[in-house]
Amino acid sequence: MELFIIFISAAIVNNFVLAYFLGICPFVGVSNKLSSAISMGMATTFVMVITAIVSWLLYNLILIPYDLAFLQIPSFILVIASLVQFVEMFIKKVSQPLYRALGIFLPLITTNCAILGLALFGSMREYSFVENVIFGVGAGAGFTLALTIMAGIREELDLADVPKPFQGAPITMIVAGILALAFMGFAGMI
Amino acid sequence: MKKQVTLQQEFIKGVWDSNPVLKQLLGLCPVLAVTVSAINGFAMGLAATFVMFMASLIVSTIRKTIPPQVRIASFIVIIATFVTIVDLVMKAKFPDLSKALGPFIPLIVVNCMILGRQEAFASKNKPGRAIVDALGMGAGFTIALVILGGIREILGSREFFGLQVLPDQFEPWLIMILPAGAFLTLGLMLGVVNMYTDRKKRMEHESIIAHYKRVGREELIEELEVK
Repeated sequence: MELFIIFISAAIVNNFVLAYFLGICPFVGVSNKLSSAISMGMATTFVMVITAIVSWLLYNLILIPYDLAFLQIPSFILVIASLVQFVEMFIKKVSQPLYRALGIFLPLITTNCAILGLALFGSMREYSFVENVIFGVGAGAGFTLALTIMAGIREELDLADVPKPFQGAPITMIVAGILALAFMGFAGMI
Repeated sequence: MKKQVTLQQEFIKGVWDSNPVLKQLLGLCPVLAVTVSAINGFAMGLAATFVMFMASLIVSTIRKTIPPQVRIASFIVIIATFVTIVDLVMKAKFPDLSKALGPFIPLIVVNCMILGRQEAFASKNKPGRAIVDALGMGAGFTIALVILGGIREILGSREFFGLQVLPDQFEPWLIMILPAGAFLTLGLMLGVVNMYTDRKKRMEHESIIAHYKRVGREELIEELEVK
């Protein structure tokens, strides 16, 4: 039950994009087509789960026992960057179709603050290993959900008559605001 | 041919012409997250400016010794070092502020604005120019954050920098201090900035046309229209 609450909380109630503002860059940049939004969501979820596993191990088995918690930020970011590189090479070798689907999105994820945010939240809230992995899955699902909804809306928005100064980023922000408002409806769930 | 740009122009560029938040849309995550009040925005702006200033200084000093293949990784390590310093200093000296900003101080590491300046500017220019550029960008970032935070704080909790500015009869707009308010306010701000830029561009365009008419060279106007 505890795990289920963590999942729902990360995916919907405290959605990474709409409540914590993590990963806004890909949210604005990649959300103009439904297909690329889904690819990006998949790639991010994938990296998030791996990050959740590795960052937990790194933090609790290396940084804490050796009293190196002050190295948290540089070590997390380096591990994530090399991990993404490694995953990219691995996927390229093992599954060509998956590699083509995730394509350029993988390297972009390194500088996605949602990933580092996930690692930092995990260590801040002192989750257990399983909880942390579930948290990663939930956060990834929430990110994919927000990105997909946004892409769907923006495909429709292309047909709408938006005043010229508001075309592009401004209207995206306003739509995201309304979406965040809608997601607040879930706030009472937990 | 290389155009000579004065240091002043370099600074102004960051504040307005290519303001990281309002024009380039870089580093939006902290912009939206911490601007519940003007003071939070100001603190975040200063923290990011400090990190960018120090990182630009170091990167531009050792730009010739960094091998190009590993430059991004080196930039990130340099940035992460200063972010750690800021994070620990804030935890020790301003615990309340540090708590309010939460994970967004550590997240300065992956702020694309800072990494972008290292890659686009500091790694190609002399230290003096690079720190002016960093200061300009930092000032632009801070100003945008304070304006956004100010609007949200005034409408959302009747205060500005903690001082009450609107009378008690004014019912605070709760939405402004919620996540939705951040998106809406930034969206409207971007729209207004675009509107202003468009109008300025059109006025410049018209003044050029008027000038051509005055000197009697109508054929140049057509050329301008084609462009």
